[in-house]
Amino acid sequence: MSKIVAITGAGAMSECMRQINPDVVPAFPITPSTQVIEDFSQFVADGKVDTEIITVESEHSAMSACLGAAIAGGRVMTATSSAGMALMWEMLYIAASMRQPIILSLINRALSAPINIHADHSDAMGARDAGWIQLYAENNQEAYDNLIMAPKIAENMDVRLPIMVCMDGFIISHCVQTMQLEDDDKVKEFIGEFESTYPLLDTVHPATWGALDLQNYYIEHKRAQHMAMKNAKKIIQKVSAEFAAFFGRNYDLFESYRLDDAERVIIAINSVCGEIKEVIDDRREAGDKVGLLKIRSFRPFPYDEIAQALEGVKIVTVLDRSESMGAYGPLFVEIRTALFDASKKPMVYNRIFGLGGRELFMSDIHDIFDENKTYLKTGKVEKMFDYLKVRGG
Amino acid sequence: MPSLQDMAKKEGAFAGGHRMCAGCPVPILTKMLTRVTDGYEIVAGNATCCLEVASSIFPYSAWKIPWIHTAFENVGASMSGVETMYRALKKRGKITKPYKFIAIGGDGGTYDIGLQSLSGAMERGHDLVYICYDNGAYMNTGVQRSSATPMGASTTTTPTGKQSYGRQGNRKDLSRIMVAHNIGYVAQASIHDPVDLSEKLKKAIELDGPAFINLLSPCIPGWKIASDMAVEVARLGVECKYWPLYEVIDGEYTINYTPKKEVPVSEWMFLQGRFKHLSKPAYSDIIDAIQKEVERNWHWLARQAASNALLSAEVN
Repeated sequence: MSKIVAITGAGAMSECMRQINPDVVPAFPITPSTQVIEDFSQFVADGKVDTEIITVESEHSAMSACLGAAIAGGRVMTATSSAGMALMWEMLYIAASMRQPIILSLINRALSAPINIHADHSDAMGARDAGWIQLYAENNQEAYDNLIMAPKIAENMDVRLPIMVCMDGFIISHCVQTMQLEDDDKVKEFIGEFESTYPLLDTVHPATWGALDLQNYYIEHKRAQHMAMKNAKKIIQKVSAEFAAFFGRNYDLFESYRLDDAERVIIAINSVCGEIKEVIDDRREAGDKVGLLKIRSFRPFPYDEIAQALEGVKIVTVLDRSESMGAYGPLFVEIRTALFDASKKPMVYNRIFGLGGRELFMSDIHDIFDENKTYLKTGKVEKMFDYLKVRGG
Repeated sequence: MPSLQDMAKKEGAFAGGHRMCAGCPVPILTKMLTRVTDGYEIVAGNATCCLEVASSIFPYSAWKIPWIHTAFENVGASMSGVETMYRALKKRGKITKPYKFIAIGGDGGTYDIGLQSLSGAMERGHDLVYICYDNGAYMNTGVQRSSATPMGASTTTTPTGKQSYGRQGNRKDLSRIMVAHNIGYVAQASIHDPVDLSEKLKKAIELDGPAFINLLSPCIPGWKIASDMAVEVARLGVECKYWPLYEVIDGEYTINYTPKKEVPVSEWMFLQGRFKHLSKPAYSDIIDAIQKEVERNWHWLARQAASNALLSAEVN
């Protein structure tokens, strides 16, 4: 039966994995994603699922085993963070290019060096071009809901791409929040049976998987992959609508929070959005027309839909929780691209924050809205790019 | 054990028309994969290597059995995934037939970059036969030195020159590393002896659990030999004791073939262009060192086999 539970973000992911009961889970421990696999291993040990776990010797092997298992013909899930995702990097591309709907919980954590175990998005953003669908979540509930939707999106025959479900390390993964845990049977009913395509274990129709693909074919295969990712956009919306009908919670490609008449808007990803909403509510009470656009789907990126949602907005502050050294933040680049063809372009600028888990408090968010108020008043963006809350400059 | 004639009548795993070099002996192995056992569905996986690129140029494939390749360093891990999915689906009643799984890699993909994923696969106990075809260098990328390259060999990253006689130091003994994984079956075989190879392959496949076969497989361009010489050069590699044929069953060593007469390792070496530079008298100390190493390894192996024989005599 559906019930309200108090649970960590990581715990919510392992509960969801229990409900999905995948065929195979290859996994390797890395902070802060470890709890997902620890809890799930206990479910296996207690016979609550009949999944086969492979306790591989590295994340590279984790993704390799995911790929082998998926191609063999079944549903496959895993979890990782930070350096673990970095070590998977080669295999992330291969998994996507071989069109396997592998499901990955990515508990976002900073990349080394300096070594740091706390939240930022450098792991996911480093993998943004790998060909994986990327969904982000503000809190435990959203991460859990995204993971329920993940198989239906990834396994859709117009998509067949791997998907990563992201949440902020520690801030969400290790903090207890209340959320609605859905009924096991209802989750299973929603997800349905896995359907394989050209499974390796079909010896009656033996398939060759992973052939050498030279000048004559490679680019057509890449284009087919691109089209699948474009298809994913409408499939995310379709599955979200089905989810709403099933479970009553609404999702889209992004969330518009008090955006309708907003003049000054922050665009951000993941847990910081919770605080931003609080600040917006405060300021709205004082008549300040501020709003938030919270990214849910970063890949595929909904350019047209975002441009449409920002119509009438006068200034946009894009918050990036990762760096692209020598360039603007990855979210900013997408947003400015989305706005380029808008008839009335808002002012738009970029702030980097929260690297390695540095907190952004509500007072800091007030400062952002104060700053963009000044920019709007003077008609000039004083600093296109800057760091928030950083010493020395 | 079926005769070679009977085996040849069975459906092979590997079709003609592949693009391996003329005279490459690796297809001797691949054609054999489905011919040594009965009653199993055979699924193969490949590390990136010559075999992989020459057998699967899209949209063609030489593979008549299910076959998977994903990357260079990970066939141990990707086949762990395949084998585990088989067990998962069997448990759920979605598959009933018995399957066996074979991973194939070259020495670069096995001794070096793939060692970790191989080690993991063997340690975890997957029902998987891993076959390394050892040609002693990264041949697919153009003959670069690997940790399997024998001392003195000229490769494109250990070329000979005023200051170099080729690859310095001794090669890694991977077969012994695999024995240290305490798996049920480890063997060294050579491509020149299909009877010995087929018997070993059968034992490895029929074993319930991980098995490893290290297969000597000369490379025509890499060893700089004529295209009709691979089998002969492999044979001499065994005769000179550079590549002993042995198997280790549950930790017990057995030498499968003891050469009848002493063949100096130089006789084997000088059949190959990669060692030609060492025929100069100035390099006689290098030849001596290589000969010494071959003898040291053989004696080590003979001691293991003798002590096993002694132990089993005592037990009996």
